[in-house]
Amino acid sequence: MSVAVTPEATPARGMRGYFRNPWRRPRFLQATTIGYLLWSMLPVVIAVIFSFNAGRSRSTWQGFGLRWWTDDPTDSLLHDAEMRGAMLQTFRLSIITVLVAVPLGTLFAIGIDRWHGRPARAANFTMLLSFVVPEIILGVSLYILFTSLFRNVIPLGTNAQLLGLIAFQISYPVIIVRARLLSIGPEYEEAAMDLGSTPSQAIRRVLLPLLTPAIFASVALVFADTVDDFVTVQALSAGSSSQTLAMKIYSAARASPTPEVNAAATTMLITTLLVIAGGVLFYKKFSKGQELGGATDFAQL
Amino acid sequence: MPEIATDTTTPVEDAEAQEPRRRRMRRRGDPSASDERSGVWYPNWYWPSFIAPGTIVLIFLFVLPFYVVFSVAFGTVDFNNFGQAVPYYAPWWWSFHTFNGTLQQFYAGSHIYQDPLIRTFEYVIAASIICLVVGYAVAYYTARFATKYKGLILILLVSPFWISYLMRIYAWQGLLDVNGPINKILTPFGFAHTNFLEGKAITVILGLVYGYIPFMILPIYASLDRIQESLLEAGRDLGGSGAQTFWRVTLPLSRPAILAGIVIVTLPMFGDYYTNDLLGSTKTSMFGNLISQQTEATAGSTRAASLVLILSVIVLIPMMYYLRETKRQVEQA
Repeated sequence: MSVAVTPEATPARGMRGYFRNPWRRPRFLQATTIGYLLWSMLPVVIAVIFSFNAGRSRSTWQGFGLRWWTDDPTDSLLHDAEMRGAMLQTFRLSIITVLVAVPLGTLFAIGIDRWHGRPARAANFTMLLSFVVPEIILGVSLYILFTSLFRNVIPLGTNAQLLGLIAFQISYPVIIVRARLLSIGPEYEEAAMDLGSTPSQAIRRVLLPLLTPAIFASVALVFADTVDDFVTVQALSAGSSSQTLAMKIYSAARASPTPEVNAAATTMLITTLLVIAGGVLFYKKFSKGQELGGATDFAQL
Repeated sequence: MPEIATDTTTPVEDAEAQEPRRRRMRRRGDPSASDERSGVWYPNWYWPSFIAPGTIVLIFLFVLPFYVVFSVAFGTVDFNNFGQAVPYYAPWWWSFHTFNGTLQQFYAGSHIYQDPLIRTFEYVIAASIICLVVGYAVAYYTARFATKYKGLILILLVSPFWISYLMRIYAWQGLLDVNGPINKILTPFGFAHTNFLEGKAITVILGLVYGYIPFMILPIYASLDRIQESLLEAGRDLGGSGAQTFWRVTLPLSRPAILAGIVIVTLPMFGDYYTNDLLGSTKTSMFGNLISQQTEATAGSTRAASLVLILSVIVLIPMMYYLRETKRQVEQA
């Protein structure tokens, strides 16, 4: 550093030279990025590894074993009846939510795209509002609804959880399908109707095939999101009978967690990642040649 | 996707031929009954029937609950029945007595809600600033310099979205344990056997950052990625230094994304309660914790409803900003 050389002549060394060099490599940014990525991923990886811990601890490694997955007769994921129930409840809620929310959301998006009347604008505004509102506000509002006005019709429990999840998730397919509709434009449908199809035929045989990637993306997104959902599901549960995996993780984490919880969380992780990977693949396959990049598009949602 | 051949006339002629008809239609008819663009007439009920099911869901499960929240918050409490909420569904009966009781906890008497409220703002602001600084650096690097590994970095940036929030926070719980790895790493630095999980503000703030920073990085990355390199070259050609170009070209161009990122990050943080439940204690409880405690209590509905209303007021401005921005983007597209 002490050697004063003009940067033009020979590349200067040391700190000052580094900052003078206009073609310097962005080491600081690079270090931040790598550090961030490690920081964001390592804890999850470690949590997954600890589900294979042979001992009770989830912070001290005590050897490899499948005790918490299959081997322990009562406390392993395979043999814990409560955990199995929670898993079943999670998937039940997710599948039904997808089956209801995605068709409703798709129809809503098509309607909003074509009808610009005042009621449609109001409905669209409400839909967007339900998308941005913090989950705790919607979840607790629904909790209050189901414990006061609807107390005798729909008590807290699986049905209430389902309705809550549908209300919370319906905006996702609307936004995804709407974005796709905007990029498709009305021309294909018009062409179909010029060729003599009725409006319903045009939607069924032209628009819906074009929307397939967006619908698949919505299915994957809603499914993954409901599996991970915690706030709504917890607010509307009726005790242990309607516990989900996320709720089990939460309650165990506040008590005395064993690596069994890590195993449960890992199951959840694998499920959502598989569903999303499937969604991305389908999206890519169906949107081939439609000028839309798969994964990055997907990511921006 | 097969192309559908329609060309009997050229598109230009077609558009010209249709134009007067369309204008006539628009003048004459209710636009709801027709598709303005295609000129096809639909029955009045056609498009509304698409919107109806979703709207019914929203009315019963989004608008109605919020109305019930008002009714409960502005209702009263039945002291003969363990303090159960007695909602007033008719707005002209609304009384602000119980709501005021909750509100006063923020500033009068024992003001037990004051600390959590102030803490929430402190934590949210601190966490958002960290999210912005770190997130911007990561987004900037990914957009500008990541060459070979861009795909991999993007996948890693996106994957936290698909990992349950609860699991990500739970993972930290194990790491921060008194006997856990973080303590072992930090022992030489004088942090031996520090309990990071016993109501430490820094733990909760970093937990919030950890949870929500992906929501900051992606919009900023998307906007930085869209900036054309020619603009940056122009900045340098005109004599700006690298820092000046960044300050006067890149940063202004990414400002909308920064604001959007801040809003997306702060909205859920204001309602967050599980981060503190897993990584903190009552010493670090936030606004969301106040609400979740009330829903777990036997007769907490009235309190919970009042708190939800107060939280809604707090997040109203960022929410409206976000809605306006999305609307503008849709209109531009």
